[in-house]
Parts: sequence; C-alpha cells; structure tokens
Amino acid sequence: MTDDDDFAAYQSLAEETEDHRWAFGTGFSDPLEGIDTAVSAGVDAEALAAYCAALGDDALIYSHRLQQWVTRMPELEEETALANIALDLLGQARMLLSRAGQAEGAGRDEDRLAFFRTEGEFRNVRLVEPADADFAELAGRLLIFSAWRLALFAELTGSADPVLAAIAGKAVKELTYHRDYASLWVIRLGDGTALSHARMQAALAVIWPLFDELFRADAVAARLPGVAADPAGLRAEVDGVLDAVLGAATLDRPDGAPLAAVAGQAGREGVHTEAMGYVLAELQSVARSYPDATW
Amino acid sequence: MVTRGSGDSVTGGPEMVTRGVGDGVTGGPEMVTRGVGDGGADGLKAARETDELERAREAEKLEAAREIAGAVPDPELPMVTLADLGILRRVTAEDGRVVVTITPTYSGCPALLEMAHDLRYRLARAGFADVIVRTELAPAWSSDQITSEGRAKLHAAGLAPPHPSRPNAGRRGPVPLPLTMALPQFVACPRCGSLDTERTAAFGPTACTALFRCGTCREPFEYVKDI
Repeated sequence: MTDDDDFAAYQSLAEETEDHRWAFGTGFSDPLEGIDTAVSAGVDAEALAAYCAALGDDALIYSHRLQQWVTRMPELEEETALANIALDLLGQARMLLSRAGQAEGAGRDEDRLAFFRTEGEFRNVRLVEPADADFAELAGRLLIFSAWRLALFAELTGSADPVLAAIAGKAVKELTYHRDYASLWVIRLGDGTALSHARMQAALAVIWPLFDELFRADAVAARLPGVAADPAGLRAEVDGVLDAVLGAATLDRPDGAPLAAVAGQAGREGVHTEAMGYVLAELQSVARSYPDATW
Repeated sequence: MVTRGSGDSVTGGPEMVTRGVGDGVTGGPEMVTRGVGDGGADGLKAARETDELERAREAEKLEAAREIAGAVPDPELPMVTLADLGILRRVTAEDGRVVVTITPTYSGCPALLEMAHDLRYRLARAGFADVIVRTELAPAWSSDQITSEGRAKLHAAGLAPPHPSRPNAGRRGPVPLPLTMALPQFVACPRCGSLDTERTAAFGPTACTALFRCGTCREPFEYVKDI
C-alpha cells in the first residue's frame, strides 16, 4: 500500500465535485449501473415494470416502517439489527424500482418512482403499511413478511428475467437472515413470560387479517409466465415456516377473518389502508417540497 | 477463478504496484502518459511499431490496473482489500478504457459507491483517466469468496472470519427452520482463540458483521457473517 492509503477514500470524496450520493435529490447513482438491462424478447415489458415496482414497493414501504423504529428499540443491538434489515430492504427496493423504470422505458428512475407517485400508484401489499404498535407486532410482522418474501424470491431466482433473478439471488441470503432474526424473537416472546406470550398472541391477531392478501391472484404476475411467481404457490412453504415457529413459540395461529379487498382490489391494485397516506407523506414530503434540491 | 486470480495479483504489495505504474502506464490512446522511465524512450518508440509489443504493453498496463484495483481497501473493513473480499470480480480493457467489475456484498451496501469512487480515484492517480466501474449482481457474492489472505488479515485485525456458507441452510427440506440464526455453532475468539463465545447481536455496525463476546477473555469482537 502507498503512504496515503488510509486517506485515499476520503480524498476521493473531497475531490469529487459531483459527489452526490446520500439521499433524494443527490443523484444517487443507478444501483443497476453497468448491468445488461435489456428486456428479453417475449417478456411483457409493461407487466415486468409493474411487477418489479410492486416488489420494490413492498420493500420500500416496509423499510421505511422499520426505519421509524430506529431510536425507539428496547436495546441498541436490536436497533442495529432493525437498521440493517431496513437497509437490506432499501437496497432491494432501489434495484427493483430501477429495474421497473428501465422496463417501463419512460425515463423514470428509482427516485422518480419512490417519491413522485401517488398512493394509488403504489402496488405494495397492505401488510407493510400499518405502524407496529409494539415490539411484538414488529417481530410478528417481520416474521410473516420475511417468510413470505423469502419463499417468493427463492422462486424468482429462476426467473426468466435475468436482472430480477440476480436481484432475487442476492435477496434470498438477506431474507433468510431476517426471517431467522424475527423467528427467534417471536419464539422468545411467545414462549416467554405470561405477559410476553399474551402480547405476542395479541400482536398476531392484529396482523393476521393482512396475511391472506399475500397469496391473492395477481393479474400482473399472470402476464409474466416464467418470469413471475404464482402467489398462491408460495402458501405451503410460508404456512410450514409459520407453523414451525408458532409451534415452538407456543402460539396459536389466529383465525380472524382476512381484511377484505375493496371492490375486488387490494394493495397490488393500488387500494391501500389508511396508514399508507401517512407513510408516503413522511417518505415523500421533502422530495416534493424541494424537487430540485441537492445537498 | 477471476476473483482468486485478482486476489493473488495483489500479494506483491507496494513494490509491484509502483513498478506497474512506472513501467506499464506509458501512454496509449486514452490513457494519460505518466511515469515513463528515463532511459530507453527511443527504443520503446521503435519497438512500439510492432503489434506484438503493443499487445504486451497493453497487457502489462492492464495488469498494473488490476493490481491497483485489487489493492483498494474496503471502506467498512479497511484492513482488507476489494480483492481480499472477493468484491473485485475482474479488471478488463475495452476500447482503451479500463473496466473494473465489482459486486455488492449486500443489496443495500452503502460502501459500494465509495468503492467505485475510490477505484476511479486511485486508478486516475496512476494514469488511468478513463475508468468504468461496473456492478455485477450474479452470481451473488458469498463470504466464501473472501481469500485466505483476506481471512488472515481479518483475524489479525480482531475480526472472526466467516465459516463456510451453507447456501439456503434449512430453508428447504422436512424441517423448514433450524432456528439457529444461521450461525455456526462455534466461533473462535480472534484474540484468545477460545470457543467459549456467544453472539450478542445478530447484526453489527455493518451489514456484513455480527457481534460476539468471548467468555474467556471477555472481549467483544465482530464476526464476518457467512452468507
């Protein structure tokens, strides 16, 4: 190494005049830069764009919800864990929204999609929208989300879209870790004290109405044979994982009725819960107030 | 393997890098001329007429670029280089430009951009003005790609290097969940070597580490997660 190796990284920061990288409006570089992003012949590009956007939206909105926990976690170690999980999901969201923008071909980048779409244009499942009322809800929602997303992305590693397959290939490693993390907390709380058990059970009852939506038929996925995963096909694996964790946690699977779709429309069709508007207000307000801002 | 190859090329250390820059980067269409040796300039010019020598020089230049790229330290784990970590996939030449291909460790890894900046900066300093940094997602990075030299450096710096990864450990099969946090059972303390260690946090200060504590010497340490 040369003498100033220790400082080279910082020098490169200081000397780069177009050094924009930290947040919205800073021209964060395209996370798929340098990757062959042509859409294969025979793939419905419009559907691929919508599909990637929906998977990106799931990660973006949930990442934001997890970030809201930072500074509010019971212990520093758990806060670090949550921040890291949120970061993984944000990375997935960036790649998926970038992929959506490329497939769409209308010149929208990840920032445009994240910060300048309205609520009805987001396609995330409703599970990721509500704020967690307590740590038990956080653990329960993270378990369900990561078990489902892991099953989904494991399927997508074989997607006919090479970019989606590559994104999924990275994500499954991360999601496996997230799912294990959530599982351990659900078990610790469920199989803990009478109070922690009761609160974990109550948290599951709150989340459960949003569970069935994860496996609803998806018109966009149906247009992408070989590229997308059939939501209904994921159910057996997710059920198996949840049964194993809930069993170890001495928790009962709630039997509450699923939250109905509105006129046949749910998150994937752009119909969201009341919580969604508040998430987007916080997520988008700076970008919308200062659309040309850089810092 | 490309990764292994680029890792090996770094083992020469500072002298190799310096020599590479001095002798190798002697111009070319898109590359800044810099550090040409004092003697033999006329001889070089004459020899340049032949394609074979030209190709040899290009190869030498590329090798110099490879060494520089491989020696870039990781922004989060500065005791190891990009080549040590297996993040540097390959260094190639395209139309007189140097193309450096790297891969992210984790999807949201914020260090990737620092690496790209640092790569461009160091290569520019050595005379490679036109550098393209490419990202490659597939095959996904695995901690198995950390070289043995990288593992030794991590250990020397007080970090426990990763155990072999177990792809999709426990995800499929009759028991869907091992409930072991996907961590190896025994992580040796990098300071005293004791196996009496416990994980104190599943995630450390960076996405790629977890926190441990040694029950023998009582020191906390980071474990580079196996993925």
